[in-house]
Amino acid sequence: MLTIAFYILSALTISSALMVLFSKSPIYSVLWLVICFFSITGHYILLDAHFLAIVNLIVYAGAIMVLFLYVIMLMNLNKESEPQKPVWLKFASVITGCLLMIVLAGALKGYSELPPAAITEDFGTAKGVGKVLFTEFLMPFEVASILFITAMVGAVILAKKHVND
Amino acid sequence: MEKFAWLIPALPLIGFLFSIFFGKKVSKTVVASVASIFVLIPFILTVAIFIPFISVAEAEAIRIPLLEWINIGKLTVNYSIQLDQLSLMMMLVITGVGFLIHVYSAGYMHDDDGFHRFFAYLNLFIFFMLVLVMGSNFLMLFIGWEGVGLCSYLLIGFWYKNMDYNKAANKAFIMNRIGDLGLLLGIFLIYLRFSSFEYSRIAYEAIDIAIGDPIITTITILLFIGAIGKSAQLPLFTWLPDAMAGPTPVSALIHAATMVTAGVYLIIRTNILFTLAPFTQEIIMFVGLATALFAATIGLKQNDIKKVLAYSTVSQLGYMFFALGLGAYTAAYFHLFTHAFFKALLFLGSGSVIHAMSGEQDLRKMGGLKKALPITHATFLIGTIAIAGLPPLAGFFSKDQILASAFAHHPVLWIMGVLGALMTAFYMFRLYYLAFHGSFRGTHEQEHHLHESPKTMTFPLVILAVMSVIAGFVNVPEVLGGGHWLDNFFTPLLAGTTLILEENVHAHLSHTVEYILMGSSVLAVLAVIFYARIRYKNNGHVPAEDSEPMSFLERLLSKKYYVDELYDSIVSNPVVKGAGLLYNYIEVNFIDRIVNGVGQLVVLSSRTARFMQTGNVGFYIFAMVIGALVILAANTFLH
Amino acid sequence: MENITQFTGALTINHYLFLSSVLFSIGVMGVLLRRNFIIIFMCVELMLNAVNILLAAFSRYNGNQSGQVFVFFIMVVAAAEVAVGLAILVMIFRNIRTTDINALKNLKW
Repeated sequence: MLTIAFYILSALTISSALMVLFSKSPIYSVLWLVICFFSITGHYILLDAHFLAIVNLIVYAGAIMVLFLYVIMLMNLNKESEPQKPVWLKFASVITGCLLMIVLAGALKGYSELPPAAITEDFGTAKGVGKVLFTEFLMPFEVASILFITAMVGAVILAKKHVND
Repeated sequence: MEKFAWLIPALPLIGFLFSIFFGKKVSKTVVASVASIFVLIPFILTVAIFIPFISVAEAEAIRIPLLEWINIGKLTVNYSIQLDQLSLMMMLVITGVGFLIHVYSAGYMHDDDGFHRFFAYLNLFIFFMLVLVMGSNFLMLFIGWEGVGLCSYLLIGFWYKNMDYNKAANKAFIMNRIGDLGLLLGIFLIYLRFSSFEYSRIAYEAIDIAIGDPIITTITILLFIGAIGKSAQLPLFTWLPDAMAGPTPVSALIHAATMVTAGVYLIIRTNILFTLAPFTQEIIMFVGLATALFAATIGLKQNDIKKVLAYSTVSQLGYMFFALGLGAYTAAYFHLFTHAFFKALLFLGSGSVIHAMSGEQDLRKMGGLKKALPITHATFLIGTIAIAGLPPLAGFFSKDQILASAFAHHPVLWIMGVLGALMTAFYMFRLYYLAFHGSFRGTHEQEHHLHESPKTMTFPLVILAVMSVIAGFVNVPEVLGGGHWLDNFFTPLLAGTTLILEENVHAHLSHTVEYILMGSSVLAVLAVIFYARIRYKNNGHVPAEDSEPMSFLERLLSKKYYVDELYDSIVSNPVVKGAGLLYNYIEVNFIDRIVNGVGQLVVLSSRTARFMQTGNVGFYIFAMVIGALVILAANTFLH
Repeated sequence: MENITQFTGALTINHYLFLSSVLFSIGVMGVLLRRNFIIIFMCVELMLNAVNILLAAFSRYNGNQSGQVFVFFIMVVAAAEVAVGLAILVMIFRNIRTTDINALKNLKW
C-alpha cells in the first residue's frame, strides 16, 4: 500500500519535473514546479517528516514559487520568446544528464538494505524537530535569522530602481 | 664571576642594537659613551674573571653552556663559552684595546655623518670577535669568524660613496671567502674524524692519534688555509693593505690588533692537531717566513703612512706564523699580544697625524710634525722602538723569543728572521723620521691647520704607549732574570702537545748562546736605525714622486712586486674574460633564447587558449557539469 | 500524531536514492538545456529539493531528527538565496532586456 503510494508520488514528481523543463512558457514551468513541490511534500509525509511537509508547502510551494511568478510577470515573460539552443547541444545536454543519473545511481548503490530505525512518538513533528532545533542547533538557528536580514536588505537594495539612473 | 661571562659578548651586541636603532635620535656623545661603556664593562668583567684564574696554578678551562643550538641525532652543538688561558688573554686584548679604540674613535670620527653607524659596526665587531674567541666549539668559532669578516667588510667600505673603498671592501671580503672555504672544509673534516665540534673532545681524542696521520694533516692544511685568508699571509695578503681604505681606528682595531690575529688564535687553539702534522708545520713556517720577508721588503718603499703600517702588520703576522710553524705557540701568542698594543698604537698615532694633516696620508707631504704634535710624536716613537725590537720594550721580548726558537730549529732561519727584523726597524724609522723630523713639506694651508689631537685621541695613545713598554714583561726569558710567566701560564693549554712530543716545547739554548743572539740582533737593529736616521732625518732622501724614474728594484718594491697585477692577470682577467665569453655566446645565443622562447610559447599558446574562455555562462555551466561528472565517475568506478 | 507509515521492508532507502538521483539529474539537464535564466534558477531549486528528499529519507532510516533540521536550514538558505537571486535577475533583466543567458558574455577575458 505504501509502496504503491511511493510509486505514484514518484511518478508525479518526475513527470512534473520533466514538464518544468519542457514547457515553452515560463509561467507553465512555474506551475509544474509547484506541482512537483506538492508531490515532494507527499514524500515527506511518507517519511514521517510532518513538520517538513508543512514547511515545504508554505515556504517552497507558497512563498518561493509566488516570488517566481511575480518576477516572471514583472518581466512580462509569458510569451514563448525564449531562443532555443541548437539541436546537437540539446542532445548533448540530455546525454550528459542521463550519464549523471547513471553515475549517481551507481555511486549510491551500496546502501541497499539499511533497515528502518525504530522511532519515537514525536519523530518529525513540530515538537520533535523543535526540540532538536532549539537545543542542539540553537546557534545556527539564530545565525540563520541574521542571514535572512542580510538577504532581505540585499534584495531590497538590488531590486530598487536607482534614483540617479 | 664566571656566571656573568655571557654578559661579555652580550653587552657589545646590545650596544650595537642601541646604536643602530636609536643612534640617530640621540646625540653623538651619548652614542660614543654607550658604545664605549658597553666595551669597558666586558673588559672589567674579563679582568674580574682573569685575576682569580691566574692565581690558580694550571687552572682548568671553565666551560659554560648557555643555550642549546643544534640537537639532531648524535649531533649536539651548544652555544657555550670556554674560558681558559688562551681565550681570557684574547678577551683582555679585544676588550682592552677595543675600548681604547672606541674612545679614540669618539674624537677621530667626530665630524663624520656616519658616526652612529661607525660605533654600531665597531660594537658588532667586538661582539663577533668575542664569540670567536670565547666559543667552546668550532661552530661558535665559525660564527665569529664570519661575523668579524662581515664587520671588516662593512668598516672598510664605511665611506661607501667612494668606489675605490667599496672595491677594497669587496676585495677583502672575497679573499677572505677563499680562506673561509678552507676553514669550513676543515671543520667538516674535523666532525667526520672526531664526531664532535667541541675543542675539549677533540683534544681528548687527538692524544691517541699517531703523528703524521693523513686526515689530521689534511685538516690542519685546510685550517691553515682559513688562517691564511684571515691573517693575510702569502698568497692571500693583498686585501690587507687595501683594507686601509677604512677609517684609521678600524685599521688599528680590526686590521692590526684583533681580527687578523684570528688565524693565529685558530692555530694555537688547535695546537694539538698541528703538532700531529709536522708536514703542515713546515708549510706554515715557510709561508710565515716568506710573508714576513716579502711584506717587509714592500714596506721599505711605500710612501703612504698607513700602507707602510699595513705591510708591517702583514710582516709581523708572518712572524707569528713563523713561530707557529716552529711549534713555538707561546712565542706566537706572545708576539700577538705585544703586537696588538704597539701596532694599535702606531695606527692610532698615524690616525692622529692624518687628522692633523686634514686627511693627507702621503709621507712625502709631511715632515717636522714633532713640534706640532708632541704627544703623538712621543707615543709614536715608543711604538716605533717597540716594533723595531729594542729592549726593554715589548717587541724586543716577543721577537727575541721567536728568533730563539728559530735558532734552535736552524741557524739559517734565525738569520732570515733577523733580516726581517732589520727591515722592519728600517722602514719604521724611515716612516718616523720622514713624518716627524725635518721641515714641513705639505701645503701652507695644511701647515697652518696642524694641531695636536683632542684628549679623547691622545688618552688611548698614552695608555697604549705604556702598554707597549710594559707588555713584554709578561714573558721575560730566564737569561734576563725573568720567570717565563706566559710560558708557564700556557702550560695547560699546550698539555696535549707536550704529551705528544714527550718534551717541553720551549727552545732550550744555553745562556751564552742566547746572550750572543740577543746582543747581535740588538746591535744590528741599532745600526739599521742609525742608518735610517742619517738617511732620512732633516729631509734627506725624501722619496721621489711616483713619476720620477726609478731603478728596477725600486719600481718592483713600490709596485708591491706587481702581486695585484699578477692576480689580475692570472685570476681576475681570465674570469672576467671567460664570463664575457659565456655571456656573449652561451648566454645570448642559448640561454636567452631558451628563456625567451618559453615565454613566447606561453604567450602564443595563451593567445589561442583564451578563446576557450568564451564568457558564455551557459558554456561554463556545461563545462562545470561535465567536470563534476568526470570527478564523480572517477571516484566511483576507479576505486 | 500517529505515525502514518509502518515500514514493511518493501520500501528501502534505495528507492529514495534512486528517486533523488533522477530528480537531481533532471535539474542538471534543465540547467544545461534551457537558456532562460529564470528556468535555470528553478532547476537549481529542483536539485536542492532532490537533496532534501534524500536527507529526510536518511533521517527516517537512521531515526535521527538532525537530518530534518538540516533540511530546514537548507530551506532557510534557499529562501534567502531566491530572494537575492531573483533581485539580481531583475536587475540584469532591466539592463539587458532579455532573459537569455547567452547575452551574459561579460565574463570573457
